[in-house]
Amino acid sequence: MPIPRLSQDEMKEMAKTIRRDIVKMTCEAGSGHPGGSLSATDILVALYFNKMNHDPLKPEWDERDRFVLSKGHICPALYAVLARAGYFSVDELLTLRKMFSRLQGHPALNKDLPGIEVSSGSLGQGLSVAVGVALGLKMDNKPQKVYCLCGDGELQEGQIWEAVMTGAHYQLDRLICIVDKNNLQIDGKVQDVMNIDPLKEKFEAFNWNVIECDGHNLEELMEAYDKADKNKGKPTCIVANTIKGKGVSFMEDEAGWHGKAPSKEQCALAMQELA
Amino acid sequence: MTWTVAEKCIPTRLGYGEGLVELGRRNPNVVVLGADITSSTNASMFKDEYPDRFFSIGIAEQDMVGTAAGLALTGKVPFVCTYGVFASGRCWDQIRTTVCYSELNVKIGGAHGGISVGPDGATHQALEEISIMRCLPCMTVVVPCDSTETRKATIAIGEMPGPAYIRFGREAVPVVTDENTPFTLGKAETFREGTDLSIIACGVMVYEALETAKNLEKEGISTRVINLHTIKPIDREAIVKAARETGAVVTAEEHQIYGGLGGAVAEVLVTECPVPVEMVAVKDRFGESGQPLELMVEFGLTHNEIYNAAKKVLARK
Repeated sequence: MPIPRLSQDEMKEMAKTIRRDIVKMTCEAGSGHPGGSLSATDILVALYFNKMNHDPLKPEWDERDRFVLSKGHICPALYAVLARAGYFSVDELLTLRKMFSRLQGHPALNKDLPGIEVSSGSLGQGLSVAVGVALGLKMDNKPQKVYCLCGDGELQEGQIWEAVMTGAHYQLDRLICIVDKNNLQIDGKVQDVMNIDPLKEKFEAFNWNVIECDGHNLEELMEAYDKADKNKGKPTCIVANTIKGKGVSFMEDEAGWHGKAPSKEQCALAMQELA
Repeated sequence: MTWTVAEKCIPTRLGYGEGLVELGRRNPNVVVLGADITSSTNASMFKDEYPDRFFSIGIAEQDMVGTAAGLALTGKVPFVCTYGVFASGRCWDQIRTTVCYSELNVKIGGAHGGISVGPDGATHQALEEISIMRCLPCMTVVVPCDSTETRKATIAIGEMPGPAYIRFGREAVPVVTDENTPFTLGKAETFREGTDLSIIACGVMVYEALETAKNLEKEGISTRVINLHTIKPIDREAIVKAARETGAVVTAEEHQIYGGLGGAVAEVLVTECPVPVEMVAVKDRFGESGQPLELMVEFGLTHNEIYNAAKKVLARK
């Protein structure tokens, strides 16, 4: 049976829980990527708890919508979402990045963690995979959607734009690329490292449908996902404007928290803020 | 016992195209992706037969491999086709992380393998694919010796699970096998028995090795010739047996000397049965424009070079 939809209030609580999971997991691991995980949390919560058809008890259910995490480093957020949805035990979250854990530092398909669709971590590759999945589903006349989450810094990879061309060329209207636009990457501001703007115009020029929204406003996100459903003949890009480190005041909008784990003290502080 | 048949020349890429068409007939999930050079790779033969199952991706090899990975996730059996330089090198990280690490059922057809590509020159002469593909966990690497074997090998990789790379060439090369020649992935075939030394070769060098064996026979030297069409997984047993029974090994390949078939054979022998080994291969240099045959001579990829290597290795026994 597909997972039941949560209400907006329930999703808000869920997002808080998942943010707490992310901070605890990276703190326990002593490394990882909390910044981007926290910026993508609401995007994933709205997808997994309100939008996508999927069944945590049957991860390989043939009728499921598909999700490809292209920005593999924010897997703490995905792992927490999958565990809270019931794909595996919440206790397992604290094995993140430990030897032989199914929760590798970047998603690994060969670890058989339920809910992981493909290995990722080398940036720029996931959108092509999503294109291929959408093409395969289209060939078989199946109705499912394919969602792909990319980072904004990740759009600097050339392969992304190859995939953007392919998605439009094959008119894959079931394909939805969500850009977690938090404006930061390891070296600093995306616009300083290598500017990717104007994003909307770029995707439109590549013949994509583009929707912009506040990536922390669940209502706007759900509206964007629903709008994407109605779009025909081209793929959709949802530019979700977000804040890196969202929800933990000292991490917010700080590039330094891209790939650094919080200390025990910082974790305790974050827990208070996310209570 | 010999499996060699009468000499005629056919490009191995023809066998690839035939193999794809046969696979398409056998399995409706087989799909083919092309990066603009569809007729050069003979993927066009599949496209003509099954247009709905052919996808043009344009000159975008990295996206082609990723798209193939996605198709594999929906149960398709995708073959991506382009020149070997690009099929292996341009998208190596995509093959590594998305395909091999996920153990996805993606097949890579590398056309225009070797120096014999000719006038296009070094940029288009694939000489490194064996090394950079065989170092990847989960990857199968096949270098068939002629067109007939390329057809069989293409079908075989299409019917096994997991990632595989197949190398084939542009030019017409001697046909040394026929329908009845045994072919099993991962199993080396002894094309000629011998007791004094073994030549282990792949691709067009199998024919050259057989020529060398004929010439050595005139001098009373008994040469075993092994067609090591599957470089990975490697047939350790056949290699060790040959080394034990003949005491000397020459390897021959149309590929760089580092990390190719010679390296793979040496890795087996050095741990299991160290015997003198000589390697015939391209000696750490880029190719040149030229006619295929003159390039094979210039780069030391002829039966004469194998002969010299045989004499050297026999002296070291």
